[in-house]
Order: sequence, then structure tokens, then C-alpha cells
Amino acid sequence: MNDVIIYAVISLSLVGAAAAVVLYFIAQKFKVIEDPKIDEVEESLPAANCGGCGFPGCRGFAEALVKSANEKQSLDGFNCPVGGNDTMATAAGILGLVAEEKEPQIAVIRCSGSCENAPKKINYDGPATCAFAHSLSSGESGCPYGCLGCGDCVTACDFDAIYMDEETGLPIVKDNCVACGACVTACPRDIIELRNKGKKDRRIFVSCINQEKGGPAKKNCKVACIGCSKCFKVCPFDAITMNNNLAYIDYEKCKLCRKCVVECPTKAIHELNFPPRKEKKAPADKPAKPAPKPVAEKPAEKKEEPKAEKE
Amino acid sequence: MSVLKTFKIGGVHPPECKYSAGEAIKALELPKQVTIPIAQSLGAPSKAVVAKGDEVKVGQLIAKGEAFISSNIHSSVSGKVLKLDEVLDQSGYRRPCIIINVDGDEWDENIDRSTELKKDITATKEEIIKKIQEMGIVGLGGATFPSHVKLMVPDGKKAEVLVINGVECEPYLTADHRLMLEMADEMVIGIQILMKGLDVKRAIVGVENNKPDVIEHLNNRVKDYPGIEVCALKVQYPQGGEKQLIDAAIGRQVPSGKLPIEVGAVVNNVGTAFAVYEAVQKNKPLIDRVVTVTGKNLKETGNFMVRIGTSVNELIEKVGGLPEDTAKVVSGGPMMGKALNSTDVPVVKGTSGILTFEEGEAKRVETTNCIRCAKCITVCPMGLEPVLIAQYAGNELYENVEAERAMDCIECGSCSYTCPAGQPLLDYIRLGKYKVGEIIRNRSKK
Repeated sequence: MNDVIIYAVISLSLVGAAAAVVLYFIAQKFKVIEDPKIDEVEESLPAANCGGCGFPGCRGFAEALVKSANEKQSLDGFNCPVGGNDTMATAAGILGLVAEEKEPQIAVIRCSGSCENAPKKINYDGPATCAFAHSLSSGESGCPYGCLGCGDCVTACDFDAIYMDEETGLPIVKDNCVACGACVTACPRDIIELRNKGKKDRRIFVSCINQEKGGPAKKNCKVACIGCSKCFKVCPFDAITMNNNLAYIDYEKCKLCRKCVVECPTKAIHELNFPPRKEKKAPADKPAKPAPKPVAEKPAEKKEEPKAEKE
Repeated sequence: MSVLKTFKIGGVHPPECKYSAGEAIKALELPKQVTIPIAQSLGAPSKAVVAKGDEVKVGQLIAKGEAFISSNIHSSVSGKVLKLDEVLDQSGYRRPCIIINVDGDEWDENIDRSTELKKDITATKEEIIKKIQEMGIVGLGGATFPSHVKLMVPDGKKAEVLVINGVECEPYLTADHRLMLEMADEMVIGIQILMKGLDVKRAIVGVENNKPDVIEHLNNRVKDYPGIEVCALKVQYPQGGEKQLIDAAIGRQVPSGKLPIEVGAVVNNVGTAFAVYEAVQKNKPLIDRVVTVTGKNLKETGNFMVRIGTSVNELIEKVGGLPEDTAKVVSGGPMMGKALNSTDVPVVKGTSGILTFEEGEAKRVETTNCIRCAKCITVCPMGLEPVLIAQYAGNELYENVEAERAMDCIECGSCSYTCPAGQPLLDYIRLGKYKVGEIIRNRSKK
């Protein structure tokens, strides 16, 4: 009886030892040689795996960083939106380089078509996602550019940084937005834009992307940009461009003087986190909403094309 | 009694509700203003050739189709062009349209307006195709594919049989039904013209067995015309689908991703055959069509000959106005039609019916979890697995959507109709198809 146990133990140990030897040589033969810096750099990244950098997860980003450092000796064009400049500096330190400083960004909702401003004309009872609603019609308010309010952006956000405001039916971006761009991709109407956070979180932007002429735009929404060009004329810094009946404020050029905000006849230009105005002119916009919105909108020209295709 | 033919895979039997089947086609009064969208067929949009302030006559060319798959558009009224503008159309979006204020009813002098039946086909094959292109004829079954393209058989392929679609499998709609009863002679000559244009000796008119009056009437008419036969089909939705009809009528199966010409068949709608007759024999462009206006809650229902560009509002006024309890107005049939955003949209070449739903009817069933009953797979006429495609699309796995042959889906809606869990299967499949279409286009660009 005892013999059986002893034999079993001995034979299994021998098989195990033999397998270990074979496995050792196989492991040596097929060893993957990896730059140890990749692990180090990955350690320094936020591990959010959000894809905001444009690479598949933090590991992918770390590999790309190391590769670029080895080949080009530079980290230009790389940016981790979640970690920001600090993270990039740490990662660059590991690689013995210096990362370029980048202005922190935040997502901005460029639509103010709330239930009050853009009343519903029809009822949509299909599947509650923006992608469907967009493919079926111009939406409940009738504005073919406006927010559909089904919350595809909220679903897409990994950081719990965006939520739907029950009252207005519009999404609101919270302060903890890391500008990973997931919501920008998710929005079928390209309403969300990543803009620079701005000094002291102060931002000015056109909260509308409607490219229709003034009449039809105003018919659907009280606060639509009607393309009157008043802001364009008043801007002392050439930060505003007019394209397809729509004003766009370049956040790189905008100096936050707020002249356009006063000028806008439909109050389509929003200012955020500014102190209340002292002059007699009552503040056109209240910086009421918690904080979410950054400055102007950029994609006027860029985003037209995909839109045309879709329709 | 012989067993009636039908297609072999899938199919459902929605209630027919053909309330307006007994209503003769009436011409709708001339509207005061028409709005004619310049993209009314599949393919590239046409290019407007009139400007603001131009005087136009009925039948005058107002937009020219320049691409190969594109169609001409003619004025359906006489009057003055008010403007070219973007107007809300049936898609729910604003699209470029030509708006014409009606003034009198002056027709282009080349159009033969007599009601006399013109039997002799003098035009040659090439002339027929050219005429059909010139007159802006498109498939009137709903897909609005330019008809001249269908008649140009690609090299290496041979058309053997022309299948005429008189199935009208959508519930509620009766436009084709009435057309086949009232314009049978014209239609049969139209079929002959199409046969000549295609160079085929055989044509089959597929009609579902729920229209015995049509089958009898047509059988009497086609006696004098060799090569045309009427085929009674067992009622089953979606028999009006091109591929389903070919399977039902001549027993051939079109391979996945291929056109009917692959099996030697060309399919045209009865409405198209009638339009072809008018175009070739009478020189009349496609400026009007039969539209069914129906609904359970309407005071009366009817079939109307409507000029293209007339507002849907006028059609609804004609049958006594929109009842209070209307929850949805649909353009097309209940299975494949599209709910309208507004009733102030124009009738276009592809509008086969206007349908109203009252509150109870219009409600979507509450969506619950899939119970894996596979009913959607049983009813899919293309032999697909709708539930699988829908789940892939919902999870954004578009490669799998493509691998499951989603592009073969004809969007008949049988899966959503039959689903006991009320899952919006077709909505998801459409989303998947849209994304896959994008992927395929990007791939071919590279």
C-alpha cells in the first residue's frame, strides 16, 4: 500500500522535473524581450484605459511613448488627457526627455435647446439612444442639429463626468471631465467639443451648431445662432469666424473679453465662471450651471463633411 | 386545386386591413403650391435647372439627373417657381426642394393628354430606355430605383424573364390594387414595352390571392398578349420584396449580395409599368402617382391620383381631416413605412400611402428580455438571424454584423413584428447596416 504512494510520488516528481527542464529551454528560446521602460512608463500612467490618448489603453500608450522616444527622441504629439501635464512630465522623465506642455481641455456641450428653448413638436418613442433618433428624423424639437437628449454621451463616459439634466433635457459636463473624447465620438450630431479649460476655468463659446439660416433656426429654438455676424464684427481679436450661418469662437485666439456675449441677440454665446458684471447691462448669461462648459466651438468646417454624408 | 406558390423561407401574416380596396382612384384637385424635392430616387441627387421666378409648364424638366444612377424630375404643375429652398421632407430633415406656385393647368405641348389607348409600340429598344430615363421613371414600389438602370442589363448577363410586382403585401395599402383594376390595359402595354426594352419573351405578373378580382380581370386582359401570364400567389408578407417575389414566381433564389439579373430576372412594379406606358406612348413624365390614404380612425379612406409635390395635408383634408386621436402618421405601409415628423411634407415618387394610427395602435410594445424563442429567425425571409445581428449592433461589434450578412437584410420588419419580447430588432439592424455601410465605403476608398 505504502509502496504505491511512494512510487506515485517519485514518478510524478521525475515527470515534473523533466517537464521543468524542457519548459526552461522553451522559455529561453521564445523569450520576448521587452524594453523594461514600458513597464515603468505604464506605472506612471493613470491606468484609466480610456483611449483618450488615441491608443488602445495605457499599455498601448506606454509602448508608443517608448517607441517614439527611441526612434525620434521626442514626445511631440503625445498627450494623456487624464493625467495632464504632470503625468506627461513624469513619463518623459523616465525616458529622459521633456514633454511639451499642453493646455488642459474639457468637453463642452454646444447646444442650449432645452425643453423650454426648443419645445417638443413630436414624440419619439423608438429605442432611447441618440444614434437611432438621429437616423430617423431631425428630433423632437425639429432642430436637425440640436441635442437629442437620449444620453449616448452619458453612456459613453467612463469617468461619470457627464449627466443629463432632468429639467433641461440636456447633458451637463462636470468638473472632473478629463477630455478623453469618448462623448465627442458617441454624439451622432457632433455637438460636444473639446475646448481649452481657460484661465480660472473661464470659457466663452457659441452654444449652438445650427447651420440653418436665421429664420428656420429660430423657428425651432429660441437660443439658436442665427448667423447675424454681430459677434464676428465686434470681436477685437479675430477669434470669431462665420461659416454656414454659424459663428465659431477659436479658443486659441479668444481673450475672454466678453464683448460678443453682450452683442449676441439670441444669447447663443455662453460665458462660464466669470464674476457678475458691474455695469448697467444686466448679465446676459448667468454662470448658473455648476461648471461644466468650456469655450467656443471649433468643428464648424471640419465636421460638416461627415454630416453631409450621413444625410 | 393546385397549391399556390409563395416564397420558401420565413414570412409573417399581419392583418390585412385593406379598408380602401373598394375606393376607385380619384384625381386630387390641383394644389395651390407644390414642393418638389430634387432628390427623389436612389443614387445621386438631381441638379435643378430652373431658377426663382421661372415660368414652368406641367411636365417641364426642372431637375436633371446627371449621374448614372439618378433620375430627372419634372414639374407636376404649371406656374411660377417661388424659390429653391431647403424644406422639411419625409425624411424628417430639411432637403433642397423646388417650390412652385400653381397658376392654371397648362401642359407641355409634347404630352398626349387623350385617354385613347395606344397599343402599337413603335419605339425601338434603345428608344424605350432613353425615353424612360428622360421621363424620370423610377421604381414606384417604394425603393425608387431609376428604371432605366434596371433595363440596361450588364454585359455577360442575360435577362430571361420580367417579373411584375402586383403583390402589394403591405397591409392597408391598395394603390396597386386599384391601379391593376382600373388601368389594366395601359399596364399590360407598359409590361410589353418593358419586355421589348429588356428583350425578353416572358413576363409574369405576381398577384397575391387576396385580390381575386384583380387576378380574374388581368387574366381576361392578358389573353391577347402572348408571353404575359398572371401568377396567383399565396398571401404572405413580405412577398413584394424583390428576391422573395422571384423565389415565389419563378422558383429561383438570388444569391447573397447579388442583383436579380444574376438569375436572369428583372422585377418592376405595376405602378412602374403604368408609368412606362405613359412615358413611352404618351410622352408624359412621371408627375403623378396613386396614393392610398387610409387608417382605422379616418372618416373615409381613398385612393388618389396625386401630383408629385402636393402636401400630405391636402390628402388628409380630402378624407375629412386628421382625427383628434391620431398618434402617428406614416408614409408608406405599416410594416416598412416611416412615421412623419409633420404632415406638411410633400408627396414624392416613392410615396405609396399615407396611413394614420390612433393612440392604441401606434404604441410600441414594451421591451422585455429576449427569451431565445428564435421566432425572428423563423420568420426572416432572407434566412438571417435578426436577434444575433441586433445584439452585435447593440454591442458595436460591426465586423460580426457584417459577417452575419446584415447587408442582405431587406428591412421588412418581420422580426420586430413577430418578437414576443417587443425587442426593436430592426432598429438595431438598421443601425448596424448603416455602420457596416460606412466601413465598406471606407474600405473601398483605400
